[in-house]
Amino acid sequence: MAESILETFGLTMKFGGVIAAHNINFKLKARELRCLIGPNGAGKSTFFKCITGQQTPTEGEVYLRGMDTSRWMPHQIASLGVGIKTQTPSVMNGLSVSENIWLSARRFHDGPEAKRKTREIIERLALGAIAKDQLGKLSHGERQLIELGLVIVGDPWLVLLDEPAAGLSGEDIERMTTIINEINKTAAIIIIEHDMQFIRSIAKIVTVFHQGAVLLEDRVDKVMSDPTVRNIYLGKRN
Amino acid sequence: MAGSFSRDVIATIGLTVVVIWILPYVISTFTITVLIVYGLLGLSLGLVWGYGGILCFGQAVFFGIGAYTYAISAINIGESTLPMLLSIIVPSLFAALLGAMMFYGRLTDVYLGVITLVVTLIFYRFINSTAGPHYKIGNAQLGGFNGIPGFQTLNIPGQPSSYIWGDGYFYFCAVVLAIVYLGVSILLRSDFGRIIVGIRENETRMSLLGYDVRARKTILFAIGGGIAGLSGALFANWGEIVTPSVFSLGQSAEIILWCIVGGLGTRFGPILGAAGLSYLKFLLGQQSFVDNTLITGLILVFFVLFLPKGIVPTIVNVWDLKFGRLLSDRFQKPRRNRKLRLNG
Repeated sequence: MAESILETFGLTMKFGGVIAAHNINFKLKARELRCLIGPNGAGKSTFFKCITGQQTPTEGEVYLRGMDTSRWMPHQIASLGVGIKTQTPSVMNGLSVSENIWLSARRFHDGPEAKRKTREIIERLALGAIAKDQLGKLSHGERQLIELGLVIVGDPWLVLLDEPAAGLSGEDIERMTTIINEINKTAAIIIIEHDMQFIRSIAKIVTVFHQGAVLLEDRVDKVMSDPTVRNIYLGKRN
Repeated sequence: MAGSFSRDVIATIGLTVVVIWILPYVISTFTITVLIVYGLLGLSLGLVWGYGGILCFGQAVFFGIGAYTYAISAINIGESTLPMLLSIIVPSLFAALLGAMMFYGRLTDVYLGVITLVVTLIFYRFINSTAGPHYKIGNAQLGGFNGIPGFQTLNIPGQPSSYIWGDGYFYFCAVVLAIVYLGVSILLRSDFGRIIVGIRENETRMSLLGYDVRARKTILFAIGGGIAGLSGALFANWGEIVTPSVFSLGQSAEIILWCIVGGLGTRFGPILGAAGLSYLKFLLGQQSFVDNTLITGLILVFFVLFLPKGIVPTIVNVWDLKFGRLLSDRFQKPRRNRKLRLNG
C-alpha cells in the first residue's frame, strides 16, 4: 500500500468563537486525485490554508511526506514541493504572463533553466499569444490558467486546486480537465469544487466537508447518490 | 535586457553631463548640490516604496543617522573616507534591524507606517535632548538642538587637508548620484530586483511560490537605508553642520511627497520630484507673500487629483500612446499590451 504524502490528525482551526475546521483526519496517497466538496463555509478553503501554512492550526498536526509542517511558514511548505491555486486567481496583476511564470520558475531553477521552463510552460498551456500581456488585463479564465502555470512550473508533488473550474466556459473546463489529468501523472491533487459534472469527470474518491468537519469519504458515485450529501447541498440538513 | 541596460547607462551619462555642464548656468552649483543630495534621498524611498511596496514614513531617520554618523566619526577620525563608508553601513544596519523586526513580525502596511513614523519622532526628540555636556561620543559633542558643527568635511582619501568643496563637491555629488542610479538599475534588473517587484505585486502569491518574502524585504529596506544614509552624509558635508531637523517629520513627509509628485515605480521620478519640489521650496523661501507649506499642500492635492501616477509615468504613458502607436502602425504589428518595464 502506497504511503501517505499528506496526513492531518485532529486538525482544528478556530477564529475566536468560530470553528472553521474541527478535528479533521485526512490522508492522501502519492499521485492520488481527491475532490473536496461541501457547502460554502464548510471549512474546505481553511483546510487548504492550514496545509499551505497560511493559517496555523489551533490544534492538531499536518504531516507532509512524514514531516510535521503544522507550524511552518508558507514559503517553507511551498519549497517542499506543494503548490496551490487559490479560489480567486492570486497572481501578479501588474506583470506580464511570462514574467509571472518566470518568477515561479526562478524559485526552483537557476537563470537559464528558469527561462527554459518558462518557455516550456507557456507552450504547454498554449499561452504564447498572450505571453507579453499584462495579467490584470486578461480574463478570469486566462488568469486561472496562468495561476495553474505558476503552480506546475515548480514540478510539485502535491497540488491544491481551489475551484479550478469556477467561471470557466465549457471548452475551458475541458482544457482544464486535460491539464489536471496530466499534472496527476506526477503529483497528487486535491480539488475543491462545486461543479458536480466536473467532479464526476475527474474524481474517483470524494471527501465531503460539512460545518468544518469531514462528513463522508467515498467513491464519487456513492457520494453523489448519498441522501445526506444531497440534503446538505439542497439545505435540508443542519 | 543587456540592450536596455546600455540605454540606461547612456541616458544616465547624458543626464549627468546636462546637470554638470548646463544646469550651473541657470542655478548656482551650491543649490544644485543640495538638490542632488535630495534626489539621492528621493531615490532611496523610490526604491523601497516604488519597487518594494514598502511605504516607509521614516526615511528621514536613515538620512539623519547617516548625517550624524558622518559628523560624529569625522570628528573622531579626522578624515572623511571611513566616515563616508560608516554613514552608509550604520543606517543600513539599523534599517536591517528595524526591517527584520517589522517584516518577521508580520506587520501589515498600516503598522509599518506607524512604526517608522514613531521611530522618526523618537530620534527627533532624543537628538534634541542631547544638549548636555555628557552627551558625547568620543570627542564629538551631540549638541542637542544646536547640532554638530565643525567636523572634518570631505577630503581626498588619505589627505585630510585636501578638501573637496565648492564646484568640486558639486561634481562629486553628481557622480555619486549617477553611480547610485546605475546601481539601482542593475539591482532592479537582477533576479533579486525582479523578485522584489513580484513581492510588491502580490506578497501572498510570492510566499506561496516558496520565496521568503520577509528576508528579501529586509534586504531591500537595508539597501534603501544605506542610500538614504549616504545622502545624509553628503548633506552634512554640504551644510557643514548637522542638526536634529534632519530627523523631523516635515523632512519625512517631504520625501513621500517627492515620490508621489515624481512618480512611483520609476527611478528617475523621485529624483525629479525631490529636485523640483526642493527648488520650488527654495524659491518660495525668498518671498513672504504666500506660505511655503500652503503651496506644497496645493501641489500635493493637484497631483493626487489630476496626475495620481506622478510626472514621469504620465510622460511615459503619453509617449507610449503617441509614439508607440505610430511605431506599431508603421510596422503593421498591433501592440496588444505594453510589457511592464522599469520606467524612467
